Amino acid sequence: MSLLRVVEWLGNTSWSIELHESRYVFLLVLMIHVLTISVFVGTAAMIDLRLLGKTMTRVPVSQVVARLLPWSELGFAVMIVTGTLLFYAAPLNRYENIFFRVKMGALALAVLNVWWFRRTAYRRVHEWDLDPVPPRRVRMVGALSLILLALIITAGRMMAYQDYWFG
Amino acid sequence: MSLLEFCRWLQYSGPLHAMRQSPIFFPIVATIHLMGLALIGGAVLVIDLRLLGFGVQSQPIAAVAHDAERWLVRGLAVMITTGILLFMCFATKYYYLTFFWVKMAALVAVILFTWSVHRRVAMAGDAEVRPVWRKLVALVSLLLWTTVAVGGRYIGFP
Repeated sequence: MSLLRVVEWLGNTSWSIELHESRYVFLLVLMIHVLTISVFVGTAAMIDLRLLGKTMTRVPVSQVVARLLPWSELGFAVMIVTGTLLFYAAPLNRYENIFFRVKMGALALAVLNVWWFRRTAYRRVHEWDLDPVPPRRVRMVGALSLILLALIITAGRMMAYQDYWFG
Repeated sequence: MSLLEFCRWLQYSGPLHAMRQSPIFFPIVATIHLMGLALIGGAVLVIDLRLLGFGVQSQPIAAVAHDAERWLVRGLAVMITTGILLFMCFATKYYYLTFFWVKMAALVAVILFTWSVHRRVAMAGDAEVRPVWRKLVALVSLLLWTTVAVGGRYIGFP
């Protein structure tokens, strides 16, 4: 069964139709998804800015990560749950949306970036933990993360305009 | 000139008409507005989580608040600049939206609160303020910012 068939089938399930047609539940989920940007991207961006040496430079990097990452992860979990519901409400529409695909690509890269960072440079965080401005390879991770987060926000916002622009 | 007349004048002036006709102007400005939301969210959380006892610990509250405040100001600058542009595109529509005025009132309140009571408590020595006051101030701040954000989301609903 092709992905398109799966998506079509999903969109015809009764819960999907109900979610799509329920004006208030859908808008509530959408509101939570958008506003959680402030928690998920907000705390992630503050960690990235510490990696770039642009904020809280007197606080050890490991402490900024330890105290803020759980909040970012909490925000991420909310994003995944509400995002899955928004996808489920209109699977075919999302699947065919070019900006949705860009967003998912950027999201995968952002996760990969963090995963790779934790397996490499962050293993030796004690070597540069107290540096006001961490080494170049660490700053690159922070900069890349910020760029990808901005791309995720941009592609997410543009999803609403696909029909308007290309329809 | 009344406020409504001013909104009308804004919305139907030449450059604003051109901005609204552009298919990409509004979406791009709205996107940058969302990035400002992230920046403000991050900076506010760094300060208020610390006041609540969840934030970074190794530095005094004042030092953390001082660092994060710089990014709060930058986030606000982005938000207000893009917010004014968004407002100008559909000024008369927003004039009639209750949520727009709720958001503006909450925004004024949170800015006043942040740079008076909140700042005093955050910048005071750690031993000078009782923890219960710190927590109360952080909760009020988070509540006001949430009102601004929810109001903003409602403005965009169909």
